Amino acid sequence: MVDKKTDLDSPSRRGVLKAGAALAVASPMFYLKDSWAAADQVYRNAPKGATVTLGFNVPQSGAYADEGADELRAFKLAVKHLNGEGDGGMMKTMKPSMLKGNGILGKKVVFTTGDTQTKSDAARASAKRMIEKDGALMISGGSSSGVAIAVQGLCQEMGTIFMAGLTHSNDTTGKDKRRYGFRHFFNAKMSGSALGPVLKEEMGTERVAYHLTADYTWGWTQEESIKETTEGLGWQTKAAVKTPVGAGDFSQYITPILNSGADTLILNHYGKDMINSLTQAVQFGLRDKEVNGKTFEIIVPLYSRLMAQGAGENLKGILGTTAWNWALTDEGSQAFVKSFGAEYGNPPSQAAHTCYVQTLLYANACEMAGTFYPPEVIKQLEGFEFDGMGNGPTEYRAEDHQCFKDVLVVRGNQKPTSQFDLLEIVQQVPRSQVEYDASIFGGDLGPYKV
Amino acid sequence: MKGLMQNNLAMMVLFSIVVLSAPIWANPIGANYPDLLQKFAIFGIFAIGYNLLFGLTGYLSFGHATFLGVGSYTAVWSFKLLSMNIIPAILLAIIVSGIFALIIGFLSLRRSGIYFSILTLAFAQMAYSLAYSVLTPITNGETGLQLTQQDPRYLDVLAGVVVEDGLPSTNLFGMLMKANGGYSGFYFAALILILSFYISLKIFRSPFGLKLKAIKSNQTRMKYTGFNTKPYLLTAFVISGMYAGLAGGLLASIDPLAGAERMQWTASGEVVLMTILGGSGTLVGPLLGAGVIKYFENIFSALNQAELIEVFSFMPEFLQNILVFICTPFVGEGWHLTLGAIFMLVVIFLPGGIIEGLQRVSGYIRRLVGFDKEQVNKESKEERA
Repeated sequence: MVDKKTDLDSPSRRGVLKAGAALAVASPMFYLKDSWAAADQVYRNAPKGATVTLGFNVPQSGAYADEGADELRAFKLAVKHLNGEGDGGMMKTMKPSMLKGNGILGKKVVFTTGDTQTKSDAARASAKRMIEKDGALMISGGSSSGVAIAVQGLCQEMGTIFMAGLTHSNDTTGKDKRRYGFRHFFNAKMSGSALGPVLKEEMGTERVAYHLTADYTWGWTQEESIKETTEGLGWQTKAAVKTPVGAGDFSQYITPILNSGADTLILNHYGKDMINSLTQAVQFGLRDKEVNGKTFEIIVPLYSRLMAQGAGENLKGILGTTAWNWALTDEGSQAFVKSFGAEYGNPPSQAAHTCYVQTLLYANACEMAGTFYPPEVIKQLEGFEFDGMGNGPTEYRAEDHQCFKDVLVVRGNQKPTSQFDLLEIVQQVPRSQVEYDASIFGGDLGPYKV
Repeated sequence: MKGLMQNNLAMMVLFSIVVLSAPIWANPIGANYPDLLQKFAIFGIFAIGYNLLFGLTGYLSFGHATFLGVGSYTAVWSFKLLSMNIIPAILLAIIVSGIFALIIGFLSLRRSGIYFSILTLAFAQMAYSLAYSVLTPITNGETGLQLTQQDPRYLDVLAGVVVEDGLPSTNLFGMLMKANGGYSGFYFAALILILSFYISLKIFRSPFGLKLKAIKSNQTRMKYTGFNTKPYLLTAFVISGMYAGLAGGLLASIDPLAGAERMQWTASGEVVLMTILGGSGTLVGPLLGAGVIKYFENIFSALNQAELIEVFSFMPEFLQNILVFICTPFVGEGWHLTLGAIFMLVVIFLPGGIIEGLQRVSGYIRRLVGFDKEQVNKESKEERA
């Protein structure tokens, strides 16, 4: 056993593993024995064979299905790269990285998937199935904050790490944060901080805003954060109207805006909802109006390229923020776009980016911890600083498990050069400008051991 | 066989054995994991309760999910305000949903037939909208009602329970529902299911049950004999609403979260499907229906093309490709399609549900081994009644 350990640590490990199947079986055994011996590290779904199972829980139906489909593509690509297939993508640009392209801790990565249906109940049921039946060691994905918070709470109870996918509500790492939940994506508070200066420059300090808000945790916190920003600039808030998720027809909410005296519409919508509400707002002639001597403007605080594709012409010139865009020119983004494009024929969305990165980060944390034992993996992720993943130097803040990185302020492209070139980057807002105190949202992470 | 089934004790023993041994027989079909077993038991209770209304009186309620949701919300509030013990939560869930059923039932039962169905549907839609957006402070809207560490839990505080790090878990006097990997929760739900089944059995075979059946067969004639049917209908409605509340309370006890989608019309429709699929008006039919639907929802929806290829891998490749091509639309996202097809087949060829299918099969086997044909026919008729 001792001899094998030196083998494992030596650079030739990969070759050795490939050469002999016997050793490939023996090396995970070694780690297992080690971790059992170390302490009472008994945990759910400890990998026993030569594979480790990850669970990907994404919306395959409902208002966020497009994002879900793209997330699943990214997960599959990440698994390929972790197993040493394909061109490796961001594994080559990630710094620091202990990933070797032989799975995680020498175990081949396999995965199981579930459909969240963008419903908390259904998402928890499919997460439970993946944990209890399929033996998933980590759950990732989700494209709605309501779902992310529900699944995160479940994962805390089950003692399974949850690497959140696309979730933008402040609550995910705010009042509902959990020890077992991690979010790489940015949040509404950061969107507000990033948008503030750009709005001031482009629209001035005397505007009257009207909010349409998706009626759940994400909409609520985004409305709150954007309001805080705009009112800080001196804008007034005329009204904030809540709309049900997946409403389809928003005309009854848009008509009252016409004569409300507001000159700016802020759409706290996402996915198909945003495509529908924006298209209808444009059809109602909002953007051609003049109110209070100013041109009527629409702001979409959270943007995604998939939505831009759906909204088409209507999105041109509209401001918003996004976590990541495929047009970024840094090494990591380029590598990711290249291998995603080669695999699927189109560039990845921000949802795909965050899910891909989350999978790699989890795998890397396991390698760093030398075990799959969740409390140890959590300790490695907390405060982890890395670079080369597309957003510049990034830190997983230990106090609330929120990643801090640069945020992009974007505008719907006036002259797209291709069907994917839909967002023009206005500003890459540095991380320092969007940071905030972890204690402002309250909440409690909970215990390491459950 | 017939004599055995008429004997309550024998039937209960058999039923209990089948329910409690679920982890064993569910294993080969890939359903042996706590979450699904719990769902089998809980939705079984829901369907049994629904059957007391629809199966016995023939009144088709399209709003029973309301009571399921009310039960869940009540239970979670009980965890938040009173205690993490599930006993007060479940009792409150039954009482509050009973009150809701009394109000909705009183108003809806002024009409019968399609009008009754539409009225219940309207009430359910109202309840759903209230939970989804209007009553957000009580229900937390789309996000769903969840526990927090700051919840007061007055009874627990009085009893001197100290909450350590993290969220407390639901328990039955100290026995955690999530203990033994969730199997504790299942066995608790299974015991409640057996109790519910016993009550339903007693109602089926009581004078009260007989009156309900009489209402189903000809209410007008019953009224002409000077019999006031309204109180009996209302009682049946409230009892079945309380069953739904019990199921909702159990759902929240095992997984302390309540969401508005539990009250959506699709959830109300689901229990109708369960009852009809299994065999409405029979004792065990609705349970079978609940099992089949939950199985499809959780297992079939998780199959994908790769797994299908594996299933058919023993065949020659071109045959395998054809079969995979045919089957793919019916698994994964397409599980609704499979369920719809099965539902159609059952309704067209087996109007009595799965139970009728089972009876036909057992009758066929008995004829094969030389049982008296007439006796078999008579028996199956009686059992269906």
